[in-house]
Amino acid sequence: MKFALGILFTTSLLMAQNAAPAGDAEHGRKLFESDGCYQCHGREAQGGLGTGPRLAPKPIPYVAIQKYIRQPTGQMPPYTAKVLNDKDLADIYAFLVSRKAPPPVKDIPLLNN
Amino acid sequence: MSSSKKPPVGRRGFLKGAAGAAALVASTGKPVAAQQAETARNGTAPITTQEKDPATNVEVLTADRPGSDFMVDVIKALGFEYIFANPGSSFRGLHESVINYGGNKSPEFLTCCHEESSVAMGHGYAKIEGKPVCVLAHGTVGLQHASMAVYNAYVDRAPVFMIIGNTLDAETRRPGVEWAHSVQDAGILVRDFTKFDDCPLSLQHFAESAVRAYKFATTPPTMPVLLVADGDLQETPMKPGEKPHMPKMTWDAPPQGDTGAVMETARMLVNAESPVIIADRCARTPAGLKNLTELADTLQCAVINQYGRMNFPSRHPLNQTERAGAAIRDADVILGLEVWDFWGTVNNFRDQLHRTSRPITKANAKMIAISATDLNTRSNYQDFQRFPDLDVSMAADSEATLPALIEACRKLITTDRKSALEARRKKLGELAKEAHDKMLVDASYAWDASPISTARMAMELYGQIKGRDWSLVSNNAWPQRLWNFDKHYQYIGGAGGAGVGYGSPAAVGAAVANKKYGRLSVNIQNDGDLMYAPGVLWTQAHHKIPLLTVMHNNRAYHQEVMHLQRMANRHQRDITTAEIGTTIKNPNIDYAALARSMGVHGEGPITDPKDLGPAIARALEVVDRGEPALVDAVTQPR
Repeated sequence: MKFALGILFTTSLLMAQNAAPAGDAEHGRKLFESDGCYQCHGREAQGGLGTGPRLAPKPIPYVAIQKYIRQPTGQMPPYTAKVLNDKDLADIYAFLVSRKAPPPVKDIPLLNN
Repeated sequence: MSSSKKPPVGRRGFLKGAAGAAALVASTGKPVAAQQAETARNGTAPITTQEKDPATNVEVLTADRPGSDFMVDVIKALGFEYIFANPGSSFRGLHESVINYGGNKSPEFLTCCHEESSVAMGHGYAKIEGKPVCVLAHGTVGLQHASMAVYNAYVDRAPVFMIIGNTLDAETRRPGVEWAHSVQDAGILVRDFTKFDDCPLSLQHFAESAVRAYKFATTPPTMPVLLVADGDLQETPMKPGEKPHMPKMTWDAPPQGDTGAVMETARMLVNAESPVIIADRCARTPAGLKNLTELADTLQCAVINQYGRMNFPSRHPLNQTERAGAAIRDADVILGLEVWDFWGTVNNFRDQLHRTSRPITKANAKMIAISATDLNTRSNYQDFQRFPDLDVSMAADSEATLPALIEACRKLITTDRKSALEARRKKLGELAKEAHDKMLVDASYAWDASPISTARMAMELYGQIKGRDWSLVSNNAWPQRLWNFDKHYQYIGGAGGAGVGYGSPAAVGAAVANKKYGRLSVNIQNDGDLMYAPGVLWTQAHHKIPLLTVMHNNRAYHQEVMHLQRMANRHQRDITTAEIGTTIKNPNIDYAALARSMGVHGEGPITDPKDLGPAIARALEVVDRGEPALVDAVTQPR
């Protein structure tokens, strides 16, 4: 049952990601820096301790990110359409999706002490 | 001016005339004139025409027993190992007595390049050694420099014993600078954030106030104290036969919680289904760590370490720090031990335009606080935080109260209850393991990134030191999550008042304390913090203080970058400007070169994570020789 739900969730996620507008990942990388996203989430969107969660390489669905940054319910400062338009957001989203997954923990000796 | 009509006199005219001259002859066996000529030959004073041809009424220019010698007797009696100080003329007498009368040993004078560094070094030292050092400073400009560090120590409940120089008597001040360095009430500058200060008018007064100050500083809540060493009192010779009484130092027993309140707390904790202990500045000494562990093992309950001190073993199965929010939400009884911000711990507060807050606890959760902070409150500085809703509150020292609480809990735990508690421990252990595994996954992200991820930096360092007897003398989040802390000296907490500039000198002070135990002191150093007073690097090199520093060089005052970004977003203006005025770039600072310029081994800047481990290994070879070394790692922001 859990396995089935997992497939459903993953499929939904992929569909949602696919539903994201096409974006320019390289431009998104620049925006991620210049617009301050890196400050809380790290330059690789890996997440920051006590500042912001990990966003990449599997971000939450585009529509969810879009909704959250416009009207955040937590500590994140709002990114309204006036300061970050939908096209630039799509580019940032493309940057997030483009990040590589890290090596498995078991393959990192320093994390196996 | 009236003073110009007076004959030349020494400070307060002591030992002037025949009686004084006779005393000096008696003390050295040489006539006064001969002594003065000897002094001149030794180059300590220029020979004037008048001195070559002394008048009949010979002015006494030397002294055998200045008051500052007795001050050193007092300082030695209090057991200070070190004096941390930047030199200042207002305590020149005391400085000279420390070196020549006291032999510059117990205490030894360590040269600091800034008074803020002196006090912060004392702050760091106290958290390792459990007792204060003596800090000397000018009463005016020196204390002004030192004041932020005094505030940090105050908020962090750390004892620092300060002696500042000042000349109260206007008649004896040298014209010019000494007037600028004199003040009516020297202690007022820091009175809002010290526990005690005094301005002794006699050596007996000095001795009693010094012992009193030491006692206050080291009794919970431990805090900075300040004594004024008046310039005249330092430099005026003691009268023949004068022998002030040295008061007996007796430590106060720390304040324990009321017996009834302890019993009520034990009853609530033992009967609770999901009790949580939150410890912040609880473990003042290794006994605090031991006893908190014992309490947790007795109750088999969750412990959250807020890391004001090294309170609880990081890999203990009951350590739920990594899932603190979930544990607090689930709790029916919460016990806070020296928790600085109880309200902020059990409430969620949003930093948005309209600031809102909500409790994160269950509606019927009971709250208990044990804290010595209530025993010494001030009103001006608002570090006491928002007022929490408590069910039981003890104005007492948590560490001192733990043994009675453990005993009370043990008496209440029945055999049936014990098996339920063991089941709770098993469940908490599984949750702790899950949280640890998640941490490792978190750390793996951006593992190969450049700038270097802060998790990678922490683990490259840990990989080099984990087999050693190490002490982390800085306040860093990834080590808290990933390293195995189980000894009290392995962690010293943070600045207290969040005054930037604490980190590097506190690390040095802690390293001074660790040195005699042969511990390896390691410091993960924020770049902005180091730049407040980088002269602390020279102090490390000059005094051969073994300390490994790894720079967390994110080239910014990063907290402020985020604050500025928040404002720009809130105001819907240019969101690309947050680095203006908040970053430390263009040019980038070469911290390895900065270190080398002051005699400290420097490595870096290192941007490729693969290069970091070997650089740390090279630096450790230097530290193993008893000297400091710095590795500049260019890192991700957090």
